[in-house]
Amino acid sequence: MSNLRTLNYDAIVIGGGGAGMRAALQLTESGVKTACITKVFPTRSHTVSAQGGITCAIASADPNDDWRWHMYDTVKGSDYIGDQDAIEYMCQVGPQAVYELDHMGLPFSRTEAGRIYQRPFGGQSKDFGKGGQAARTCAAADRTGHALLHALYQGNLKGGTTFLNEWYAVDLVKNKDGAVVGSIAICIETGETVYVRAKATVIATGGAGRIYQSTTNALINTGDGVGMALRAGFPVQDIEMWQFHPTGIAGAGVLVTEGCRGEGGYLINCDGERFMERYAPNAKDLAGRDVVARSMVLEILEGRGCGPKKDHVLLKLDHLGEETLMAKLPGICELSKTFAHVDPVKAPVPVVPTCHYMMGGIPTNIGGQALTIDADGKDTVIDGLYACGEAACVSVHGANRLGGNSLLDLVVFGRAAGLHIEKSLRDGFNVDDATEDDITNALARLTRLNNSTGGESVATVREDLQSCMQLYFGVFRDGESMKKGLKLLDEIGARVKNTNLEDKSSAFNTARIEALELDNLYEIAYATAIAAEERKESRGAHARNDFTERDDENWLKHSIYFPATKSVGKRDVNFSPKTVEAFPPKVRSY
Amino acid sequence: MLVSLYRYNPEVDKTPYMQDIEIEIPEGKDLMVLDVLELLKAKDPSVAYRRSCREGVCGSDGLNMNGKNGLACISSLSEVGLKGKKLVIRPLPGLPVIRDLVVDMSMFYKQYEKIKPFLINDKPAPAIERLQTPEEREKLDGLYECILCACCSTACPSFWWNPDKFVGPSGLLQAYRFLADSRDTAQAERLADLDDPFSVFRCRGIMNCVSVCPKGLNPTRAIGHIRNMLLQRST
Repeated sequence: MSNLRTLNYDAIVIGGGGAGMRAALQLTESGVKTACITKVFPTRSHTVSAQGGITCAIASADPNDDWRWHMYDTVKGSDYIGDQDAIEYMCQVGPQAVYELDHMGLPFSRTEAGRIYQRPFGGQSKDFGKGGQAARTCAAADRTGHALLHALYQGNLKGGTTFLNEWYAVDLVKNKDGAVVGSIAICIETGETVYVRAKATVIATGGAGRIYQSTTNALINTGDGVGMALRAGFPVQDIEMWQFHPTGIAGAGVLVTEGCRGEGGYLINCDGERFMERYAPNAKDLAGRDVVARSMVLEILEGRGCGPKKDHVLLKLDHLGEETLMAKLPGICELSKTFAHVDPVKAPVPVVPTCHYMMGGIPTNIGGQALTIDADGKDTVIDGLYACGEAACVSVHGANRLGGNSLLDLVVFGRAAGLHIEKSLRDGFNVDDATEDDITNALARLTRLNNSTGGESVATVREDLQSCMQLYFGVFRDGESMKKGLKLLDEIGARVKNTNLEDKSSAFNTARIEALELDNLYEIAYATAIAAEERKESRGAHARNDFTERDDENWLKHSIYFPATKSVGKRDVNFSPKTVEAFPPKVRSY
Repeated sequence: MLVSLYRYNPEVDKTPYMQDIEIEIPEGKDLMVLDVLELLKAKDPSVAYRRSCREGVCGSDGLNMNGKNGLACISSLSEVGLKGKKLVIRPLPGLPVIRDLVVDMSMFYKQYEKIKPFLINDKPAPAIERLQTPEEREKLDGLYECILCACCSTACPSFWWNPDKFVGPSGLLQAYRFLADSRDTAQAERLADLDDPFSVFRCRGIMNCVSVCPKGLNPTRAIGHIRNMLLQRST
């Protein structure tokens, strides 16, 4: 049926956030004919909401800082299922990526020496955990994501990147060999559907925090790229690993940065007790995010929560003084007044663990090439497909991401994917064209929706999906209750396939987009549920009441979820960094 | 609560119209205007508007609420109040409407691009960051925080009149952000680009931009600085 217009590029980047724009910049600057397809104007991407900073051993706060210490922290933070070769790469090339951002114009806060200001963040140490708390997170006040995203957009304007702004990628197009040869996309403004052909397709669509009811994520975080990959039959890795950020504003879900605790803020329960001293005697409020989030939930479950419903705890900042708060955390003061009706200068902020980050995603190698597993259990590159940023699982975050590592991940691996594509195109990489049938296949979902004549409202099904995930797959998990959740998800799945698009109009039809987004949310929620039930241990963000211990014998592994069979396999974690000795698994305490 | 909503679907409507919709507001919560729009959209999915971060940092949902521009996600009902017993929601004024509350922002973005919104430095980059003192960096405060929501430029009568030639408050705030950056070496070139009767000097100091900026920024002050720099340059 395909009489679609075709747009031709050498490379397309789907997603205009930090990772996508860093990849697009790399490609454009190296002369690869590239388009960045983004469903929102680039500076509306969720990277804009990152607050605290970008963690990197640039040795500003501490002249003796060492990227290996950062690597150690990241491996430990990942609860040992982060790939050590990828973590090594990120921590080692990180400084260069951060300096590039400064050269691009990012207005970092400064030290008296004129260097980039760095603040302490959770899980950071000096000297491989032996030298006390480090200050390694480079910051632009508490608006680092905003500053970074705008600087990247500005860099792309300077470089002349082609943007398809407010275009929505629907599904990947695969050729007869199973290689990815571009994507179906809708121009939201006009409603026109086109085939965007490319030799290399980069998925940089970010996370999918909107599978949960309570999330710090933007409304646009529906995991479109990961949903597309799953529908195309490609696996996802460690997708059960969802980070719950300790400090979402209770009720609103809006994030207040870990930098609050980095600058000296701390959590208290209804007795006014600084309870993290009990759970993490050394790092206290700056323990890993998973540790702090679980401790908060335990305080609440044991009746020491605050407020009339005792359903949250408090983040105390007022002792830092107005001057520090206004200089270091101005955005937080603003958000807290708007969403909690609390001025942090005067009173503590009500906070609760809130879904924040998807550690899992499309498995890739360091060059951003998407991977699948062949019949013999070996890694195989998917021709034409790349992923970077939160949508990818390279994996530098393993079972728990350290604060400030996501922004570093974006720029380091966005750049790496760009470099890899540039080289592979230069080496003559090519793919066979898609046939009419291939394109029709990729259009199936859109066709179904455009021909729908009845069915359920998208908003209702989405709400039920979110509350199911919140209830059965949250901070603490349990085999029996996850089975219940899975049964419910099966029912919701049938409803997702039967949503109705009442309004079939073309121009800026956001109802069509929301219906397509729901499919992606569901793909990821379902994969999360299956993988979470399968991983029978507690590790990092995955905490089970029925398997409370880490099980290195069976689960020092990546989980890998295959959509065709809805089953979970295991993939080896990399313990072979190139320039340092591997860090062997240890008991993880803070 | 009664909401009066600007509606226009180019495929159906000959002209835009205001639609009155009665909506039930959950008690005991001071909703944001965006929450109200989400409630409306759950009832009628054809309502179109932009939104993303829902916390006032992405700049997607600049709208005109009861006659004043602002971000729907951080404008609470108690704050915007009612106008003649209604909450009146319209698109940002002065730009072409694509559908309902969605405006065509290309003219706004074009003005932004015109001021070369990127750091220019003709000296080779050092192996580390370009050093900048805290005092030099402080000059960027109140400038770099702009979220490009267009609330200011679409509240500016001079921009309404000359959207093609007057850079407008948002673009000029960014122009000054780069003029004020100690790491930028293109000051002379930037000023030369702005030195015409329209780009800067169509600002009449009306200060609507200051009164509506959801981030509390002050484009008029930045424009004043640019004027001074232009005047100094010509003497």
